[in-house]
Amino acid sequence: MCLRMLTVRDMLSQEEKIEIEQHISKAPTMKAAAIDVLKTVQRHRGWVPDDALEEAAVMLSMTPAELDSIATFFSLIYRKPVGKHVILVCDGVCCWLVGYEDIRKRLMDRLGITFGETTNDGKFTLIQSACLGACENAPAMMIDDQLYIKLTPDMVDAVLVGY
Amino acid sequence: MITDKPLTGNIKPGGPPCNLKEYEMSGGYLGLRKALAEHDPHKVVDLVNAANLLGRGGAGFPAGKKWSVVPMGNSAPHPKYVVCNFDEMEPGSFKDRFLVEGDPHQLIEGMIIAGYAIEADIGYIFIRKDYIEIDRILKDAIKEAYAKKYLGRDILGSGFNFELHVHSSAGRYICGESSALLNALEGGRAIPRGRPPHMSSVGLWGKPTIVNNVETICNVPHILAHGPEWFKGLSYTNEGGTKIYSMSGRIRKPGAWELPMGTTLRELLDGYAGGMQDGYKFRAAMPGGASSELITAEHLDTKMDFASMRSIKSHLGTGTVIVLDNRNCPVGMILSLQRYFSRESCGWCTPCREGLPWIVQILESLEDGKGTPDGIEILLEHTEMLGTGNTFCTLAPAAMFSLKSALNLFREDFDKHVYMQRCPWK
Repeated sequence: MCLRMLTVRDMLSQEEKIEIEQHISKAPTMKAAAIDVLKTVQRHRGWVPDDALEEAAVMLSMTPAELDSIATFFSLIYRKPVGKHVILVCDGVCCWLVGYEDIRKRLMDRLGITFGETTNDGKFTLIQSACLGACENAPAMMIDDQLYIKLTPDMVDAVLVGY
Repeated sequence: MITDKPLTGNIKPGGPPCNLKEYEMSGGYLGLRKALAEHDPHKVVDLVNAANLLGRGGAGFPAGKKWSVVPMGNSAPHPKYVVCNFDEMEPGSFKDRFLVEGDPHQLIEGMIIAGYAIEADIGYIFIRKDYIEIDRILKDAIKEAYAKKYLGRDILGSGFNFELHVHSSAGRYICGESSALLNALEGGRAIPRGRPPHMSSVGLWGKPTIVNNVETICNVPHILAHGPEWFKGLSYTNEGGTKIYSMSGRIRKPGAWELPMGTTLRELLDGYAGGMQDGYKFRAAMPGGASSELITAEHLDTKMDFASMRSIKSHLGTGTVIVLDNRNCPVGMILSLQRYFSRESCGWCTPCREGLPWIVQILESLEDGKGTPDGIEILLEHTEMLGTGNTFCTLAPAAMFSLKSALNLFREDFDKHVYMQRCPWK
């Protein structure tokens, strides 16, 4: 572990390190801060690269493998690069019932990618998401932190123009 | 203020959340004041027991009973924890979001009273990552509550200390399983724990812990403020209180409503949801979200409480109804559900990890016009093999509820997919 620590490159920014330290100091155990730490890295970089994960693991007194086991378990921690904007399309049964297939098709057509892919210009990543909890307003999708509800294919076009 | 809609009285749909001042004006924090001034912790548990408040997260376990087995007194290990399960990721369920985005203090007050009842030191509200706006609303409300001394040390001069934190997770349905939720809170993979030991004695960081759903906790302040008899009177049946029912699918007015426990599906559908959309007919409904059995029109007049739903071999679950219409394929609907459960399996136990993807594969073959009679037999087998008792937790058995009931009710439709070699709805 000590040797490992020496080999870790200085990847995290000062700002990230300060935020991570804050999360760790507030958490009841170091490990309990893991999700907040991963989210911090992701907020700064869009995703969690290996180098950053390794350095964050050292700060948490965890092995990189242990932190990675947590990072890969949770679906909203991205261990691969994503586009500038992440589009989460709800694929819950309530969205399915009211015709989400048209929404999915329109998104794929307009972006020229399928689910799990990022556009060539690096602008959008398309991901199918667990139920977004907007069932009374289905179909729904979320772009970054913004929820869009009662979608129609034409609304998808209008929403995409805004990004 | 006595009302027959205690949970939603302060909620203005589409409007801003109820702030502390408004909450207090409506009688908010009165239940907490009463609890601290008039009752010892045991008495609070007794009152919740007497109210027959059944867990609103889906299992319907009596909340008071859950609390009554926590070790108490000087010899009990500390810190003790109260954890609120606000993971709400089950398709069809949005009732907890509806409650907290409109009235966050109701949940906070309930958490403090629950904490007092089990002599807890710390509370956590575990919220799913996507509820970003609600996370902010809750944190603002907690700040207000600290400033008014409802939280922190020596609450309202009672000598009771209680800290409350919000933990925003990172997206996994299995976090809704209460022991998996505790593992996630500790910073690990959200894999369910074996029982015993029960969480009431060995929970978060090995300390006594209760985990309750948002709606369950939200009921607690009202029981304290107005008493268990009043609470029981809100219900049509002997299961106390109101229930947040909701409905989605091809209905005219999807939404959530607070109604007496035991309201029928017909009242919900015709009275509140405005009936089916033009051109669509009712075919079946899942009364309790994705983890419940489909029921047909013959049960429209069954009371929607835990016992009555069990008596017709379904589940009240979360009371969040999903309606299947005649223009959607039941096999397609089941495929959507099974894909969800398959993806959200934590992978810990083999039947769930391997069985659910197998089911998805067979259902996909049916929908793609490549189904075989053997496939349907394998589906039937899985409903038993992944059933209760054969898996580590209840995720896979709950997934089987919908599959088994659909095979039972709509077997003809499954068979049609095979002999027509296509989906008749496509």
